Amino acid sequence: MPPSLLIILVLILSSLAYWQGRRRALTLARQPAAGKMHSRPGYYGMLTALWCGLPALLIVAVWQVAADPVLTQMAMKGVTAAKGALSPDQVNLLINDIRNLVGGNLVAREVDPVLQAAADQYLGLKRLSNLALATVALTTALVAAYLVLARIRPTLRARNQVERAIEVILTLCSTFAVFITIGIVLSVLFESIRFFQQIPFFDFLFGLKWSPQMAIRADQAGSSGSFGAVPVLTGTFLISGIAMAIAVPFGLMSAIYLSEYAGPKFRATVKPLLEILAGVPTVVYGFFAALVVAPFIRDLGTWAGLPVASESALAAGLVMGIMIIPFVSSLSDDVINAVPQSLRDGSYGLGATKSETIKLVILPAALPGIVGSILLAVSRAIGETMIVVMAAGLAANLTLNPLQAVTTVTVQIVTLLVGDQEFDSPKTLAAFALGMLLFVVTLVLNVIALYVVRKYREEYE
Amino acid sequence: MRETQKISTMERVNVGLAKRYRRERRFRLFGLAAIAASLLFLVLLLGSIVAKGYTAFRQTEILLDIHLDPTVLDVNNLATANYAALVRDAVLALFPQVEGRQDKRVLGKLVSTGAAYQLQDMVMSKPELIGATKSVWVLADDEVDMFVKGHIPRDVPESERRVNDQEVAWIDQLTASGRLQLKFNTTFFQAGDSREPELAGIRGAVMGSLFTLVVTLALSFPIGVAAAVYLEEFAPKNRWTDLIEVNINNLAAIPSIVFGLLGLAVFLNFMNLPRSASLVGGLVLTLMTLPTIIIASRASLKSVPPSIREAALGVGASKMQTISHHVLPLALPGMMTGAIIGMARALGETAPLLMIGMVAFIVDIPHGFSDPATVLPVQIYLWADSPERAFVERTSAAIMVLLLLLLAMNAAAVLLRNKFERRW
Repeated sequence: MPPSLLIILVLILSSLAYWQGRRRALTLARQPAAGKMHSRPGYYGMLTALWCGLPALLIVAVWQVAADPVLTQMAMKGVTAAKGALSPDQVNLLINDIRNLVGGNLVAREVDPVLQAAADQYLGLKRLSNLALATVALTTALVAAYLVLARIRPTLRARNQVERAIEVILTLCSTFAVFITIGIVLSVLFESIRFFQQIPFFDFLFGLKWSPQMAIRADQAGSSGSFGAVPVLTGTFLISGIAMAIAVPFGLMSAIYLSEYAGPKFRATVKPLLEILAGVPTVVYGFFAALVVAPFIRDLGTWAGLPVASESALAAGLVMGIMIIPFVSSLSDDVINAVPQSLRDGSYGLGATKSETIKLVILPAALPGIVGSILLAVSRAIGETMIVVMAAGLAANLTLNPLQAVTTVTVQIVTLLVGDQEFDSPKTLAAFALGMLLFVVTLVLNVIALYVVRKYREEYE
Repeated sequence: MRETQKISTMERVNVGLAKRYRRERRFRLFGLAAIAASLLFLVLLLGSIVAKGYTAFRQTEILLDIHLDPTVLDVNNLATANYAALVRDAVLALFPQVEGRQDKRVLGKLVSTGAAYQLQDMVMSKPELIGATKSVWVLADDEVDMFVKGHIPRDVPESERRVNDQEVAWIDQLTASGRLQLKFNTTFFQAGDSREPELAGIRGAVMGSLFTLVVTLALSFPIGVAAAVYLEEFAPKNRWTDLIEVNINNLAAIPSIVFGLLGLAVFLNFMNLPRSASLVGGLVLTLMTLPTIIIASRASLKSVPPSIREAALGVGASKMQTISHHVLPLALPGMMTGAIIGMARALGETAPLLMIGMVAFIVDIPHGFSDPATVLPVQIYLWADSPERAFVERTSAAIMVLLLLLLAMNAAAVLLRNKFERRW
């Protein structure tokens, strides 16, 4: 029985248990001798259903996670007996082959009879394991439901128990966010550690050359692979810098106009339009950058007699800047609106014009918040992927010239990880090291930004 | 105070006034210009995509009189018969004057390779047609299509054109006899991906997106709402809940590609889930949208006034009853709005899905959660990388479909908010 069917069956059993529990409570309530029931009948039903469903589902989940390694071990025993001692790499290779055989997607090659036997054994064991799981889970569900049904009596505090269980479930759901963060940290950290075992940490951080091609054979010339992140980081900051040079003035001025000058009608029409700009998927911006903006800039360069690379940093940065305008403007808008009206009134009272009030009173007062929103925008620019993947280059040039092609951290992660991978080569592991770098940089920016914004907000509240 | 000084102050103000007013106007103009420029970018972005893509909704087709030759077709070999030869013969029959292998080969290429499959489907569904001569509209080759739509200009030298003068003459002849027409492009909506632009469609990507979003919604909405209810209604104020809050806010700002790395390391390499499956895509997007939904749901719960809770508690409801009977129903529209916006973001997301192998070239339309699939934005990315000119308009058309879907989702969110929003 496949696990998905089993889960559905348990859920059906569980809902049957609900009706049974409820009926039992109702019959009890009709007997005058039994006394008054503690909870409403639905709660007795829910208690039965919870006991019927939760332990069984838990068993299914644990079994699913635990069974596969055990079964693989058992299937591999025959293989190791036939092939003698194997290195861990070879074992992994064989396990992969067996997996492919089991999945039925290895057709081109001659199938090794030993592996075929192992795969057949694995399938047999898997069938057995699924059968055992179904028996155990269904028995647990039925026994648990029966036990609860037998315990239903007027003094059973069903509501309190059900509410307790729901609260526990809610708590578990809320800790999910923490687990995601831990998962991100662990997954990039482990692979990065493996990377730094092969490439020294300082070579990575301060190396000036990035060419992640590794030699496939030991005697191959020319591609020893060098993993210096400086050119990649320079490219990232160059493109982000161009983007911010577009996004900050445009975003900030739009925010100022919308919050200080615009009438309610103008605001109500323009704000949603700006938000459309924020809602356009980044892959669309990437297409726009590669197909419209980059050729335009190249033609402009040819016309002015400047050499412009067809994947110039300027094109990617420009489009990224357009993408970030609404982000800067809506965050700054909030910040500017949070400046108390009394400050404005004080300034007008002294005879200042509106623009003088904005420049000399409101902006200084809102500065921490604006800085915070700009930091958030920078972290977004650094982490933005699709625009640069589609419009920026692959070659890691160490340059600050916006007309040349540069590459970024995200571009490198994508190119290193899309396509065929071997998981122990520094080439793929480098992507995780870059990912860790990206994670750390954006995390620091976010933490500072959120701290600044929150602190500033409290000051005026 | 001396008279002269007083006057000089006023004078100073008056002298500077004109300049200050000019500055004021200039500043105001800067603001307006910034907004105008942003809107101009928007118009430019949407305009260029529509201009490049609207032609993709129509496709050049050629009317062929195909003789379903019984010597080639046999009821027993319908799956393997040489349909391409039948199509080629039919094309050659239109231009009996063409001689020479080279010319005949070029002529045969006016019609898409998909025409043979189209013919095969037709014959296999109706074997009784064998022996007859049928008039069939078949797809034209993508370069013919591009020429007819004017994307390959007629008035440049032959050497700079992908369609040579001979082909131009044939196309003109076909157009004149009404055998070449632009028809509504159904392939685009019904087919999966293909290397041939005229056979490529978005159906596979749309289905993949749908499966992915179903997984995302089914996981992130219940978990997100539960987390929000706990944090807003039950959580004590302590270090742990503070940590959770900071965590959620940070997760919302982490680059999406990092979630892709997590998915690759955990779901694919550690848990051995299938590559390229929409199930894994949905899991990764769940992790990404969860913070959005939690934040929106908390805001929605916060907006339910405490008097509602107090009234319910006052008549003897337990805390859980208060929440499930009174607070949640009132907060639900807001939560759903948040969920729709989160789903819209998930629909447009590309980068993390590249990491988990959803970029594979997949022709088949996925039928389940573990089938290899791709999603609409990734399809756009793949097509944008293809060199054929015809893929440019298809990419733009796919973008138009994606933007329409996003617009519909956001409009639904706005409608929901307007219908159910209550000011207390």
